[in-house]
Formats: sequence, C-alpha cells, structure tokens
Amino acid sequence: MEHLKPRPVRRLPIDPATPPAAAPAPASFAGAARRRAPASTFAVDRMQVDHVSIAYAGKPAVRDVSLPIRQGEVLALIGPSGCGKTTLLRSLNRLTELTRTATLEGAITLDGTEIARFEPTALRRRVTMVFQQPNPFPMSVFDNVAYVLREQAARRPRRRALEEKVREVLAHAGLLDEVADDLDHPALRLSGGQQQRLCIARALAAEPEVLLLDEPCSALDPQSTQVIEDLIVKLRDEVAVVIVTHNLQQAHRIADRVAFMYLGELVEYGTANQVFGSPREQRTKDYVSGAFG
Amino acid sequence: MSTPGQRVDARDRSASWKLRDRAGLGFAWFLGLLFCAIAASIVIYLLVQGLRYVRPELFVTQPAAGFTESSTGGFLDPLLGTFIVGLMAMAIAFPVGLGIGVWLSEYGRPFPLARAAEACVEMLAGLPSIVLALFGTLIFQSPALGFLSRQVGNGLVFGRSFFAAATMLSFIALPLVVASVREGLQAIPGHVREASYAVGKTRIATTRRVLLPAARPSVITGLMLGFGRVIGDTAIIVVLLGATLRFDGVGGVPVLGTLRGTGSTLTTYVFDNAPTGEGNQPTKAYAAAFVLLMIVLALNVGADIFTRKGRALRWST
Repeated sequence: MEHLKPRPVRRLPIDPATPPAAAPAPASFAGAARRRAPASTFAVDRMQVDHVSIAYAGKPAVRDVSLPIRQGEVLALIGPSGCGKTTLLRSLNRLTELTRTATLEGAITLDGTEIARFEPTALRRRVTMVFQQPNPFPMSVFDNVAYVLREQAARRPRRRALEEKVREVLAHAGLLDEVADDLDHPALRLSGGQQQRLCIARALAAEPEVLLLDEPCSALDPQSTQVIEDLIVKLRDEVAVVIVTHNLQQAHRIADRVAFMYLGELVEYGTANQVFGSPREQRTKDYVSGAFG
Repeated sequence: MSTPGQRVDARDRSASWKLRDRAGLGFAWFLGLLFCAIAASIVIYLLVQGLRYVRPELFVTQPAAGFTESSTGGFLDPLLGTFIVGLMAMAIAFPVGLGIGVWLSEYGRPFPLARAAEACVEMLAGLPSIVLALFGTLIFQSPALGFLSRQVGNGLVFGRSFFAAATMLSFIALPLVVASVREGLQAIPGHVREASYAVGKTRIATTRRVLLPAARPSVITGLMLGFGRVIGDTAIIVVLLGATLRFDGVGGVPVLGTLRGTGSTLTTYVFDNAPTGEGNQPTKAYAAAFVLLMIVLALNVGADIFTRKGRALRWST
C-alpha cells in the first residue's frame, strides 16, 4: 500500500535585499466607505463617564476614562481586542456588576444622577443593550417584545392589550413588515439579521434613553449589517447610541463620535472625521491605518 | 493512489496501520458488536416471550392465589400500582429536583452549601435502593407517621404503604431530575441571561420566563427518566410496599385507604412469579416483564425525542 507523503510547503520567494514596503500614511482613512448619514444636527448630553476605572480581580481593564454620551449622535468605541471597550460599555448599565470580581471607581451619571444610585433593574430599562450574538428568547416574536413590556415575570397585560404596542415596537426596529403575518413565529427560526433586529426591538421596547450595542453586526452578513446600520443611524435622534465595533469601516459609516481605546485607556475621543482623518495621537494613527489591531 | 480532496475509506486508511493498532481496532469492533448483541438478545427474548404470553385479559384481571396458570389471574393491580407509585414519587421528586437544579445552576450561593448539596445529590445517585428502603422502614414505622400506613391497636406501625414506598422512591428519581435540569440550564449561553437582565429583568423573572422555558426539553427528559427509574425499582417496593399482589387498603376512605395500604407493582409481580419466586408462574412473569419493558422503552424513546427537540432550536455560538 502506498502511503501519502506530505506535500512540500510552498514558500513565497523573499529577497532579503528589499525590505517590505512601508505602510502608507493614513492621510485619509483608506477603506472608508460612503457615510450612511448626514452629520447630526443637534446633540444633547445624556450620560457622562467621569474618571472611570474598572478592574477584574484587581487587574485593570479600563483606566481613568472620561467621555460624554449624547443623544443625537452615534458614539463608536473602537480599539483592539481586550482594550476594555466592551467592559466600559457593560459598565454603563451596570452589567459589570454580574461579574463578582469586578470593581469600579469613578462616576457614571445618567441625566445628572449617578447610576450607582439607581435600582439596577430600573437603570437597565433606561440603558438597554444588544449583544454580539443574536439572542432572542426561545419564544415567539410577539412574546420576545411582550416580555419586555410586561412587569418582571407577569403574564398581564394580556396579548390583545399589547398587540398594538408590540407592532409599533417591531415597526420601529424595521422588522414588522417581515413578521407581521405571523407574530407567533418562533424567534429562533428567524434569520440572523432578523433575530438581531428583534433584539434591537426588544431593547427599544423598554423605551430607553441610551442604547448600547456590543458588536451587533459581527455575526451577520453584509446585507443584514447594512439594514442594521441604517436602523442605528435612524435611532440616534431619539436615543443616545453607543456601539462597540471591531470594524473600522463600520465605525466610519455610522459614528458621529469615535473613542479609540487601547490597553484600557481612552487614547483619543473626537468626531469620526477627525479621528479617522487627522488623528492627533500616533497610536490612533497606527490603528486606523491598520498597522496593528 | 488517493489525491487530496478524495474521500478515503476508513478501512483503506487502517490498512496502513501497525498490526497492534489493527488488532485494537478489531477488538473494539468485537466488543461493540458483542454488547449490541447482548442488549438485542435480552430485548428480543423478552419480546418473543412476552408476545407469546401477554393476553388482553391479563390487563384487566386482578392477581389471585392459585397453582395453575388459569387460576392466578392477571396483573391489573400491579399495573395500576406501578403508575400510582411512579406518579406519587415524581410528584415529590420533580418539584424538589427542579428547585435544587435551578438553585445549583443559577444561584449556587453560598458556595460551600451548594457544593455540599451537589455532593449529597451525587451520593444519592450511587446509593443502593435497598439501603434507602431500610432507612424508609426506620422513618415510616415511627408512631408519628402511623397515619401513612397501617397501625395496629397497640401502637405498632406497619410502615408499608404507597406513601412510604413513593417517598423513598422519590430519592431514586431526584438525582436524575436535578442532573437534567442543571444540564438544560447550563446549556443556555450566558449572554441570553444577560440579555434579559439588560432590559431590566430580575434574576427570578429571567429564570421563570426565559431560562426554564428554554430548558423545558431537558426538564421533561429528566421527568421521564426519573419515572422510568422509579417504576423499575424492586427493593423499595418489596420492603416498603409489601408483597400483597392485590391492593390491600386501610380504613374506609376510597383513595386514601388504598394509598395507606399495601399493594404491588409490575416489578414485584415479576419477582413473585419468576421461576424462583413464591408464585412461580413464569408465563405471567414474562408477560408482566414485557409490559414493564415496553413502558420503560417508551419513556426512554420519549426522553430521547425531547432531548433532540431541545437541540433543534439553539442560539448560534
């Protein structure tokens, strides 16, 4: 019996005399696509992050970050993996508290009130969140929204009383046309993009002031991504939107303000055009040009 | 010879193995087929014997004392007893097991207490049922619990009744229920819980409205497996339910009287009628064993279906 021999590894010819070409300077953001939205016309401060440091079991994840979160603008948190952007996002509705070892210093305020003074459940209805993986609850489309509209584990108000409100919320998230015929459809049988819009609908059903999005498109195809990006831009006038993204093009397409974080620090905060077009910091320049990431 | 991308048959590949590896592979196949053959022969033997001896009237006639096949009646009482004991035991084991499973999976605080509870449930799973039965006599023969079984005039308590048997049998089903509930809950990704917290829901609301519905297939699987184990147990029935093949109620109250009294289940009916048993009516034993096997097989198939159903609708990871 003849045995398979491993094939020789193909190697690209490398001429040691010529060093690899240097990365082009980020004069403008190279991969930038057309922006989805015109610049926002008004913005009002809703949340204020004030010298916030977060550590897990003493190991710092976010160091001394201060920034405003404003309604009328989309704020994108960008940075390489492990830079603390998701931790910062989760601290905005106190989800970090679910991790026992997490400690937070500094203050975060919502409309002038420190969020530590809120009941967590009350705060989380005002600052809702959408996650990376589409995670509709294992029930019908209707019930996914109705669950949020009802008090805690209550079964009332009954379906008929909620029907109108549920349709309104689904329309708000741009999902109604696709599910209107069958609101009893199991949510987990929707497509990934539809599931994620249902999750956004769910988050909007609580009528929040701030919407947090943790890489909401990273599990989706480009078309679903586009639909959700349009939705996010549309929502910015009624809720303050904070989005964590790995995708620089996405940040450029939808964000009005960009915060670049690196190793837990807030390196640069500014308008999208400024951060991508003429970054002040060298680290930002390197990151947005793709030198590391 | 094979090119990359072409599917290579396992036999072709093992042909290039060392002799020792090939012998190992052959031995693995042999053992696997042997166990299949053993399991199949038990089931097929019982099927053949059962189908030969099982007759409709056996299901509707009570057992009777006698020496011939025609005079010993059927297994109506044991069949009913099996379901009574199973339902009663699960009525205890299911809510308790559900509670323990949810607590261990979702709360688990204080930590040392949770670990202790976990160890206890594991120990319970490994406990021989005859030990549980013996312990049951200790409890149910105490005068304070005399109202659950037969009480003789001088204060002596009989300690054998459906109540006593079902209570101790519930300990057999408990570990299965706890394990299934925990497994079902722990298969739910953490971000699903957080999604519920992130719209302002409490832990309790999340558990009731999101997590338990999501874990329902596992919970039902636990229920079915527990029921199957309970109705298959013999030691506790012999010791705590007694060996009267017919229901022997206590007092005049219809249902309560029966539950306070002694009786039998299919397992003790088989035990009694086996060729080595007191009754020695092997054909009846085969018929009853066949019925018991069918019930347990149906439960296992049902549990399997629910487990699969649980896997069908899942979150992408």
